[in-house]
Amino acid sequence: MLKKILMSAVLSAALVSNVYAADRVKFDFWHGLTGNLGEVVAEVCKRFNDSQSDYEIVCTSQGSYPNALQNAIAAYRAKKGPTIVQIFDAGTLDLMLSDAYVPARKLMEDNGYKIDWDDYVPAIANYYADSKGVLNSFPFNSSTALLYWNKDAFAKIGKTEAPKTWEETFDALKALKAAGYECPMGWENDTWQIMEQFSAIHALPIASQSNGYKGLNAELQFNKTKFMDYLKLFKKGYDDGLIKIKSPETGEDVDQAFANGNCQMMMESVADHGSIGKTQKPGMNWDVAMLPVMAGMERHNTFVGGASLWALQGKSASEYKGAAAFFNFIAKPESALFWSTNTGYIPVTKSGFEFMKAQGFYDKAPYKGREVAIASLNASPVTEYTRGIRLGGYTQVRKEIRDAFTEIFANKVSVDEGMNAAVERGNIVLRKFEKTYAGKVMP
Amino acid sequence: MEKRATFSKTSIGVMFILPQVLLVFTFFYWPTGAAMYWAFTLERPWGGGNEWVGFDNFRQVFADRAYWGSIFRSLVFAAATATLSMGFGLLLAVACDRGLKGYQAFRTVFVWPYAVVAPAAALAFRFIFAPEAGIFAALVKQNPAFWNPAQNGYHAMAMIIICYSWKYAAYCFIFFLAALQAIPRSVIEASALDGAGMLRRVFDIQLPLITPTFFFMLVISITDSFQDSFGIVDVMTDGGPAKATELLVYKIYFDGFRGLDYSGAAAQSIVLMLIMMVLTFFQFRYIERRVHYS
Repeated sequence: MLKKILMSAVLSAALVSNVYAADRVKFDFWHGLTGNLGEVVAEVCKRFNDSQSDYEIVCTSQGSYPNALQNAIAAYRAKKGPTIVQIFDAGTLDLMLSDAYVPARKLMEDNGYKIDWDDYVPAIANYYADSKGVLNSFPFNSSTALLYWNKDAFAKIGKTEAPKTWEETFDALKALKAAGYECPMGWENDTWQIMEQFSAIHALPIASQSNGYKGLNAELQFNKTKFMDYLKLFKKGYDDGLIKIKSPETGEDVDQAFANGNCQMMMESVADHGSIGKTQKPGMNWDVAMLPVMAGMERHNTFVGGASLWALQGKSASEYKGAAAFFNFIAKPESALFWSTNTGYIPVTKSGFEFMKAQGFYDKAPYKGREVAIASLNASPVTEYTRGIRLGGYTQVRKEIRDAFTEIFANKVSVDEGMNAAVERGNIVLRKFEKTYAGKVMP
Repeated sequence: MEKRATFSKTSIGVMFILPQVLLVFTFFYWPTGAAMYWAFTLERPWGGGNEWVGFDNFRQVFADRAYWGSIFRSLVFAAATATLSMGFGLLLAVACDRGLKGYQAFRTVFVWPYAVVAPAAALAFRFIFAPEAGIFAALVKQNPAFWNPAQNGYHAMAMIIICYSWKYAAYCFIFFLAALQAIPRSVIEASALDGAGMLRRVFDIQLPLITPTFFFMLVISITDSFQDSFGIVDVMTDGGPAKATELLVYKIYFDGFRGLDYSGAAAQSIVLMLIMMVLTFFQFRYIERRVHYS
């Protein structure tokens, strides 16, 4: 009897799911976000599934950006890849040089969607576009770096505004130190804020060939620019106790140190704006501002951080229809509002930003300040060296720079020695990458 | 009359070994073969072409000063963890074998660390050793240079060695205890009657009798330290600060899976395999001579 019941239950379940599957086209979306951000992605997928009845997107978190990339590669090579995959900035070039993706423009045209490609915020669109300015993937979660500052601490040193130049910043750091704050600024040997964003703001070359956009034969150059002066200034600030290294290994990372009120300033992604607000010490007053510039130098736009969505090759026409519908769905201003409200990420289109402004999103307390990120990305027209970074093996290059920072700030090598070594080792990675893609032209 | 069981046909014998052969082929020869192929080519991560480059990948690996540093660190790690984990494992096993008070409870507890997965153990140790929040926090407040694994490479190395040994001592403990308990009680009792003290019995009777286990543990410890260290390094230090804890296996992972340099990582894993084969060969050639199998 029990067996019979079980059997019929299994059968009916199979029938139901069959009917269900026949109704809707299922396709996979793999992403690298976890925790709160991962839950919001799941919510976006649910909203898409509820909004129509033809397609069902199955969203799976792979645990991290690198995992999403590795797993997508492994699955793609075994011909079991997802239809859509989220790839972070450093993984862009490998995919772009392969035949593994369906260009975003082609996907949308084939499926009858008209996308206004000029609607994307230029600093975002240019970062992911190929050398002809064509977008091959959809910018999804986008961020940029901002200066977070503690208003209460600044009030103690008689300041009500965030510093605009590095000279002002160091004055403020010294005053904070004098006022008894143990950690005026927290930092974690991270290359993104200090090297990449600094170079962008001042339009300094990171690598030749327009930071790699013009060819695979690019060579690293950041050891010959004003960035070196800045790094020396930063190192001196560290030696004077104005800047403290905070990392999980020391017990508290930069974000936690700022949210707990232990560090009074930090340079961090706008994506963390939401979580800082949620985890901050009750009653603490803080705000964000654009990253400072060197006095007397012109401010340019910052780089966009985050990831974009790619459609992979080898799927059926109906799955691509579903993918196109999903891309169309997330490009809507309402989706941008939902996404940015629940994460710290910024809207990627001008219309999305305008829509959110019109809704009064940026006037209210928890979200106020995030418009600074858009202002930072729009600080100037995008130029040769503020477009982005398109270097092969960039994860390894970043690691070499990070290792050099670690040695410099542990007083093992001088700033010059450290950065020269990082450039030399980074260039070896770039040459190997160039050889791996011998005969390929930069798309 | 034939007393042994024999098979009339070789085909039956072949069928018996087939599952094992298939397993070894699928999980060893096939991946190793693929790694061999990649090591001599430049493989594009998303497929779509690879170029034969001969020994270029190996040449690049050996020309890299950081790689030699990584070999050196892996050897230090292997020696240190084998000494610590086998030392502690043996000490605890001898104590338990003696039947000291409460040994039944300890026997169970000592095994537990091995059941903790490496990343979980690493996470716990990261908290314990965090300079601002861990056990050294008070001392670090007096003197910041006293302990800082985020900046001092020696501290970071010590930290992963301790964490790995803590976990692996439990494994050694199981084997040593089993070996000690297999020694006939009569031998030990006889020596006790002859007036041999506890330490004398350990050094003259028990240790010589468990040398086969000792040798086995040595080979396994060193081999495992090259492979199993990954989870601990990944969670505790990410190979840092500035490559100070970048062991061979972590470097392979980073270059291959994070950096997408599949060919470089393949060449490195071939080299790692050779290193382990040479080490094991030397252990069998020179250390096994001193082992007494009864």
